[in-house]
Amino acid sequence: MAEGAKVEGGQIVDHSDGREVVLRLRGIRTQFGDKVIHDHLDFDVFRGEIVGLVGGSGTGKSVLLRTIIGLNQAREGTIEMLGVDTSTLQGKAQRQMLAHTGVQFQDGALFSSLNVTENIIVPIREHAGLEEDTMREIAALKVSLVGLPADTGEKKPSELSGGMRKRASLARALALDPELLFLDEPTAGLDPIGASHYDELVKGLSRNLGLTVLMVTHDLDSLNAICDRIAVLLDKRVVVGTMAELLEYDHPWVREYFHGPRGRAARREQK
Amino acid sequence: MAEAEPTIRYTERAGKPVVEVGGTWTVFSIRGIRKKAESALAAAGTRSKDRRAVDATGLERVDTAGALEILEIAECGPDAEVETRNEAQAALFKVVRENMCKAQPDRKVNWLAHWLEEVGHGTIDFYKQILNLCAFFGEILIVVVEAILQPKRFRPSAVIRQMYEVWIRALVIVGVLCFLIGVVIAYQGVQQLKQFGAEIFTVEAVGIGMFRELGPLLTAIIVAGRSGSAFTAQIGTMQVNQEVDAMRTIGLNPVEWLVLPRISALLISMPLLAFWGDMAGLLGGAVACTIYLDFTFVQFFDRLRDTVGPWHFYTGMIKAPVFGIVIATIGCFEGLQVRGSAESVGQLTTKSVVESIFCVIVLDAIFSVIFLLAGV
Repeated sequence: MAEGAKVEGGQIVDHSDGREVVLRLRGIRTQFGDKVIHDHLDFDVFRGEIVGLVGGSGTGKSVLLRTIIGLNQAREGTIEMLGVDTSTLQGKAQRQMLAHTGVQFQDGALFSSLNVTENIIVPIREHAGLEEDTMREIAALKVSLVGLPADTGEKKPSELSGGMRKRASLARALALDPELLFLDEPTAGLDPIGASHYDELVKGLSRNLGLTVLMVTHDLDSLNAICDRIAVLLDKRVVVGTMAELLEYDHPWVREYFHGPRGRAARREQK
Repeated sequence: MAEAEPTIRYTERAGKPVVEVGGTWTVFSIRGIRKKAESALAAAGTRSKDRRAVDATGLERVDTAGALEILEIAECGPDAEVETRNEAQAALFKVVRENMCKAQPDRKVNWLAHWLEEVGHGTIDFYKQILNLCAFFGEILIVVVEAILQPKRFRPSAVIRQMYEVWIRALVIVGVLCFLIGVVIAYQGVQQLKQFGAEIFTVEAVGIGMFRELGPLLTAIIVAGRSGSAFTAQIGTMQVNQEVDAMRTIGLNPVEWLVLPRISALLISMPLLAFWGDMAGLLGGAVACTIYLDFTFVQFFDRLRDTVGPWHFYTGMIKAPVFGIVIATIGCFEGLQVRGSAESVGQLTTKSVVESIFCVIVLDAIFSVIFLLAGV
């Protein structure tokens, strides 16, 4: 890393471009027992961008995501979401913060006893409590928004294919029009066509709805196609840069990741 | 986060009806907006059926839910003119408009038809269930025959592990419950029989009641509740995790690996548990008799030996293993019926317990008839 110019938030160069920071991690340390997963981790995400989070197996991508969304407690450090330190949030304020974030889990994590429409309505009813008809209309809109056929709403999660479950889960994550959207391996297990449609979908939503997206992914095509910046988990910290910057970055893992046969193939396709 | 109220106003511009909206239209702020819109419409007094244009330049913040409501309230359809403040909002309205036309209205549910449909499905399912259960029983019999021809296929370690779960770990609960039932029968017997001066027959009531019916039946119900349900949940969870599919692809027969050990274990454990329950019940009866009848323990068991014949005991012991097979078969069968979700595991576990208790009681009645005809 070029140690000369000290840039904040693990960035290789300053990407802020005057944008508001919607997610700011400072000095994060997570550990399980004696095993330290992250140490002194800094990371910034700006409004409106799509950031891909990558890293080798066991570097703690999912742990970092879980820490950010509050399912896992960091030992040290602060997480600021939409300008508020999440550790100070309690009760009502915490619930309001949850209403402004959406999470799509890897296998969908749809509530299996409810159909898709009801799944989408759950967060709306909990946080906004609108009239039943209105909520159904909104749910139908979200179903259409994520590119599912209209009759999907009546189906139970067990009746859907893996790709449809991911989309339905995205629809639930979008239920309250969150400002910050977290996706865990959104294209894993999808066929290339489905995956690239999904990428387009996320990109379109981000652009049209002004969403900020942080996605854990290993799909080099997604990274190329839709991510504005890429965060790499290296040595318990995060290094963030654009694809071009990371291609120049001098670290064995990064080099192998982006210059390996798959990385090259994905870039060639993009050109 | 204080939200500015959404505002709505109906006006006319150049002879065309226009809906002016302003303030914050987000999912958090639009509660009750339909009523507000109606009163605004009434206030404006225009009841024009013409398509309205939307003036959204006053909007401070809007999200998809808000945009959807604006378009719905304006009844303007997907091709309406919407004047927006900036490009971001224009893009949002565009996305919502593109998708709302695809959104299907709720279909009306006809309750009678729905009910008939449910009943029909239920009937067909019931029929299929019986067929499947018979097929499953056949499958088990084939595996049993194969296992008898090749005794290595009975895996004693698996059977013993299951026996630990269904027998040893059930001893306390079966013992305690049967003891209490023994006490209760003796107490009731003494109360009723005293009126005829025949309280001495309490011993027979306890002995015959426990041996013939309550010992095996109570044990079967407890076992159905704790082991039958466990079988369904275990196998069902394996089914959800595709472990059962994995077994099939490796060439292991799930019936041989999962079902046979469980059925064998319950076949052996049920008579042992029923015997244990009988003994606990008798002990309870004896304790109650010493309290209410000035009997000694020795007197109680002397009379029991003299008056309660061995067949009372045998009938119970004949029933117990049959109950065991039925409970294990239903438990495993329902476990293998699990498809897809965690909810299905729960439903089928409930079903398994209800069905096995039902079958046990029906079988008990059939046994009573058989024993009556056999004169024992």
